[in-house]
Amino acid sequence: MNKQSIISIQGLSKTYDGGFQALKDVDLQIRKGEIFALLGPNGAGKTTLINIVCGIVNPTEGQVTVDGNDIIADYRATRSMIGLVPQEMPTEAFETVWNTVSFSRGLFGKPADPGHIESVLKSLSLWDKKDNKMMTLSGGMKRRVLIAKALSHEPRILFLDEPTAGVDVELRQDMWKLVRGLRDSGVTIILTTHYIEEAEQMAERVGVINRGSLILVQDKQELMHRLGNKQLRLHLHEPLAGIPGNLSDFDLEFVPESCELVYTYHSQRERTGVTMLLLALGEAGITFHDVDTKQSSLEEIFVNLVTWEK
Amino acid sequence: MNLHAVKAIYMFEMARTFRTLYQSILAPVISTSLYFVVFGAAIGSRITAVEGVSYGAFIVPGLVMLSLLTQSISNASFGIYFPKFTGTIYEILSAPISYVEILLGYVGAAATKSIILGVIILATATLFVPLEVAHPLIMITFLVLTSVTFSLFGFIIGIWADGFEKLQIIPLLVVMPLTFLGGSFYSVNMLPPFWQTVTLFNPVVYLVSGFRWSFYELADVSLWVSFGMTSVFLAGCLVTVWWIFRTGYQLKA
Repeated sequence: MNKQSIISIQGLSKTYDGGFQALKDVDLQIRKGEIFALLGPNGAGKTTLINIVCGIVNPTEGQVTVDGNDIIADYRATRSMIGLVPQEMPTEAFETVWNTVSFSRGLFGKPADPGHIESVLKSLSLWDKKDNKMMTLSGGMKRRVLIAKALSHEPRILFLDEPTAGVDVELRQDMWKLVRGLRDSGVTIILTTHYIEEAEQMAERVGVINRGSLILVQDKQELMHRLGNKQLRLHLHEPLAGIPGNLSDFDLEFVPESCELVYTYHSQRERTGVTMLLLALGEAGITFHDVDTKQSSLEEIFVNLVTWEK
Repeated sequence: MNLHAVKAIYMFEMARTFRTLYQSILAPVISTSLYFVVFGAAIGSRITAVEGVSYGAFIVPGLVMLSLLTQSISNASFGIYFPKFTGTIYEILSAPISYVEILLGYVGAAATKSIILGVIILATATLFVPLEVAHPLIMITFLVLTSVTFSLFGFIIGIWADGFEKLQIIPLLVVMPLTFLGGSFYSVNMLPPFWQTVTLFNPVVYLVSGFRWSFYELADVSLWVSFGMTSVFLAGCLVTVWWIFRTGYQLKA
């Protein structure tokens, strides 16, 4: 196990009874105290991976350890460290918020601690709903309760499977504030999300999974640096009728009759071509009054990776 | 052992009973009272005593067994099926809890409810008929053994069921007829010889017979045969549950 790892996944595969292979020989190390974003299209295997680590799905092959403990042989040790916020919103409709959160704490082997439950409910703005039945809550509130249940037993590792799906902006911001606070207190967080801008904002490392295979794991900044393209946008004085011949070798985009010319390049290459482009523009007599550059987002990188895999 | 988890499941299930008192306690008490009124008072007054015991008193053990079987199965099957239906089973499966502890929580709660109900029905019966218990310890042993065994059976049905219809099929189409035909309302000796033999294939006969013996020392089969048959059924349920947890049948992909 890596010295810094809290979760170690080696050679993990899962084939369901129907023959569908959800995971193919996945190796992954999650570092203690980090926020790790697991990205992938629908059906890529994200939830299967999470469910195996949490004990909900049986692995077909491979080994998973949590803080050095095997998830099957030492399941009590591993599961007591983990909190899970599932993708769906399963709730006990007739239970009160207080009871359902207290139930989760007991289930994970912790003695009753009303002070802790109160603190969790307050941190999620659920305190005034503590006596409400689950069926009376909105979708956003139910999502908060699921997070409260996952935090009720003070986990050291928190899995958030699409935690912000279908929640409003306010809750989303509250949630990420809470997640940062948990990270600061030493909790390791693994999240999946379809809102890749969230992963871009929150995660320190990113893993991309597609069709059951982990195709990339990297520090987010390095990933964006390595795989991200950069765009140089030139705001011209005069609209162009077409790209002059001496500029045809450059990767240029322009909208006919517009005053913008866009050059896409890899910022990590030794020769980006920017100097040559500017010289060629001067030779062609094309003048501009402003320039700006834009780094491609994690979402664009993700789409490129997944599309390339296909 | 994760006793906090066992307590959490147990209390959660018991709380559900107290939330639904009308359905869980009152309804079975009323229906049992109706049996006493119809079979004990109205029809029973025209039936001569069965082997020295008034008909009203004779049917008490059978009625208690009828409620114990149906309620044990119903409580335990619903207890485990509902989390499967709503999806909250994810929490049970991801908790640091062993299969034995899961069983203790769910089956323990279901059996407790049945025992409470059995005691309430016995108390209700005293309002209608003079009741005597010749062997209280054996009566309690049968009460507990039957509640636990059929709660386990209900747990298995709850795991097996993938819809509300399946949840009801075995209790309604198998258990209820077997209970009615298991000597709850009559002595097996009242049947023609051929049907006396056939009825011995009904496992409920052994439960009712043993339970009735603890009240009046009247039995259709030997007490030890009753214990033996009930224990065999208990062992069968335990083996099935062990297999379910070992394979993850209907629980884990």
